[in-house]
Amino acid sequence: MATKLKEIDVAVVGMGWAGGIMARELTLAGLNVVGFERGPDRRPAEDFAMPGIRDELKYQQRLELMADNSIDTITFRNQSAQMALPIRRWGAFLPGEGVGGTGNHWGGAHWRNHPDDFRLRSYLQQRYGAKTIPDTMTIQDWPVSYDELEPFYDRFDKVCGVSGKAGNLKGRKIAGGNVFEGPRVNDYPNKPMPASEGGAVFGVAAKSLGYHPFPVPFSAASAPYKNIYGVAMGACQECGFCTRTACEASAKASSVTTIMPALRQEPKFELRTRTFVSKLLYDKTAKRVTGVLYTDLKTGQEYEQPANIVVLSAFVFSNTHMMLYSGIGEPYDHATGKGLVGKNYCYQFEAPAAAFFPNKELNPYMGSPGGGVVIDDFNNASFDHTGLGFFGGGYFAASSGGSPPMNGRSVPEGTPAWGSDWKRETVKWYYHSVHFNTQGSVYAHRDNYMDMDPTYRDALGRPLLRLTYNGTDNDHAMSRYMLTKLEGIIKAMGPARYEMRPRPKNFTIVPYQSTHNAGGTIMGSDPGNGVVNRYLQSWDAHNLFIMGASTFPQQHGYNPTGTLGALALWSADKIKNTYMKNPGPLVHA
Amino acid sequence: MAKIPRRGFLAGAGAASASAAALAASLTTKPAEAAAADAAPVETWLVLTAEEVAFFSATSDTMIPKDELSPSGSECGVPTFIDRQLASAFGAGARMYRAGPYHQGTPEQGYQLPLTPRDFFAAGVEATNAWSRKTYGKTFDRLAPEQRIQALKEMEEGKAKFQDFDAKLFFQRLLAITMEGFFSDPIYGGNRNKASWRMLGFPGLPATYADKLEQYRNKRYVAEPQSIADFS
Repeated sequence: MATKLKEIDVAVVGMGWAGGIMARELTLAGLNVVGFERGPDRRPAEDFAMPGIRDELKYQQRLELMADNSIDTITFRNQSAQMALPIRRWGAFLPGEGVGGTGNHWGGAHWRNHPDDFRLRSYLQQRYGAKTIPDTMTIQDWPVSYDELEPFYDRFDKVCGVSGKAGNLKGRKIAGGNVFEGPRVNDYPNKPMPASEGGAVFGVAAKSLGYHPFPVPFSAASAPYKNIYGVAMGACQECGFCTRTACEASAKASSVTTIMPALRQEPKFELRTRTFVSKLLYDKTAKRVTGVLYTDLKTGQEYEQPANIVVLSAFVFSNTHMMLYSGIGEPYDHATGKGLVGKNYCYQFEAPAAAFFPNKELNPYMGSPGGGVVIDDFNNASFDHTGLGFFGGGYFAASSGGSPPMNGRSVPEGTPAWGSDWKRETVKWYYHSVHFNTQGSVYAHRDNYMDMDPTYRDALGRPLLRLTYNGTDNDHAMSRYMLTKLEGIIKAMGPARYEMRPRPKNFTIVPYQSTHNAGGTIMGSDPGNGVVNRYLQSWDAHNLFIMGASTFPQQHGYNPTGTLGALALWSADKIKNTYMKNPGPLVHA
Repeated sequence: MAKIPRRGFLAGAGAASASAAALAASLTTKPAEAAAADAAPVETWLVLTAEEVAFFSATSDTMIPKDELSPSGSECGVPTFIDRQLASAFGAGARMYRAGPYHQGTPEQGYQLPLTPRDFFAAGVEATNAWSRKTYGKTFDRLAPEQRIQALKEMEEGKAKFQDFDAKLFFQRLLAITMEGFFSDPIYGGNRNKASWRMLGFPGLPATYADKLEQYRNKRYVAEPQSIADFS
């Protein structure tokens, strides 16, 4: 029997990026906030300290910062005719755990969606005609525009100390920045990181072909920086251990490095780590949630925590699972296409390439992801899709660096995987490879969704979430086209050899590809097409706000975190300025 | 088994393991040097059986042969690394979802066995040696170098059919843990003397290059590799 606690103002479920932002903004507005986190606390000075943080085995292979599959996982299948089986150890994607969440180990690529992405269905209909969008493609417009989000994108830049170069300041195009991006009111808070040599060579080749290269926007401070919460960040040390690892210099932005130092001083904030929120308590008649049910993993005791506002800010899978398990909203029914919770699951369709330059010395272990050079000439709104047979696109990135010995060795295709020849080739190419990526969009399809698994259960006895996903014809055609265009640039770089690495036909849960998952609790303009409204407020419970990429109607050709952070700030602003004065639905159906 | 038979077993197996090499050295060197070799610490094992030590010594020496680029896998401590990993929380299946029911599934659905890494490798060694005895008349560690290469290739290509174990899956995981042992920080028992880092030209720690990136643009940076222990 759960012990009932005294009511609090706000319960935040999941203390990653979005949870950290909401806790900071709502305590600044005067509310008492309790942050629930299933994993441990993460304190950079102790947990991310040198020399132990430079441990490739611990962080990149044994996945020290990732969610514990033994407690909770998801099941997976490619299509609904199959039996889904549990992901027994993470592979394709790596949800994080502990304070800071997945934000502790991200690579820091900090992007905004293009203005036309926010009106995707309308944009495609207007440009190519309504009939060109397949019936199975369940994409939709976001109920919020780029212009509305811009001030919050800007604010999130200033939370993170992002390093980059603007390409569009208030409509004025600036060469050397991303000339395809939506208008920005301000430039990035910090100067771009220096390009890696591989990135620089890519930039020259891309420019020679008429494309528009620029430094990847990187969510780390290129110089010491004090953010809008008064938190000091160090300068990036170009250590080469960024992705899957945390930052010992507190230069890479995460809620742990940019928000928690301020929150730890905040008397209105209480952090409860190692607490497993199992359910949101829902009063369907009143259309509100009354609090959360959680188990304290340190005592085994179950508690009911009444709360005036609940912020659901776990990873995409946990957000969707929590809504399904708590019985809030109508589950998506694949057979009929009706229902919304679990609908429009989207992955990120990345396809890589490698090129080899025996005459260049690329010191592959040096450098941050911020050394990448990118072009945005092949994203959704950047080029004409007439007659191509697909929609969508993505940016291309090139870099050398950030390649530690276990994960960063690149050898040409056909090289043996072991033995003396393998050794010779490994040594021969280690200093001479450049890696590329195409950050492809995934446009929602009626066959890709999440629901409850009928067989497998988590440590608390709840059914696991079941993911049904495969790459669609549209996205495969998009990805092949991206690789063709990328190949043209690679050829112009003049490598001794190169290889394009197209995606396999079926999505596979191993090996690692991308942690960019989206959808499941999507935003909509009315209760018929969204789980949440434009302010991330549940259509079924006005005091429930759902954060993160689970609210994206589809995945665009950009990394999700920039938009995720901006949306959290936008939602917090509306709660502060409107909802707190007059609690109730912020959009009327 | 007493101490001598274990060493004898390894030597008889022809495994180029550190202990076998030490034993061979002691037979051909002067008494004073032999005494020094004897004084070197005897390799001790947390979980691996003698059969497994011989097996991993043989596989790691075949995957990472001794040549002008590096010492052999066993000389670099790969079997020690595997022993410690399998004795660790990882080996015991920590943070792995292990509940049933069990189904083979599709390759896209990933690893679906109930076995922990420790049990998986134990079963794999048994299955490989059973197949090796049937095919070559000897356990894997007693095969001639050319036969070892041939046996591993057959497993890698899925041609070897084990009676009740997936030979290809076992090969993939064996290769992965062998490479981890070769390339990881030496604190885990492998990569002795930072041999693989020297081979690659990977400088290890402290890895703070903000002041070196421009200076070494398109110019090779050379530094004596340093490990976590060097900074502790």
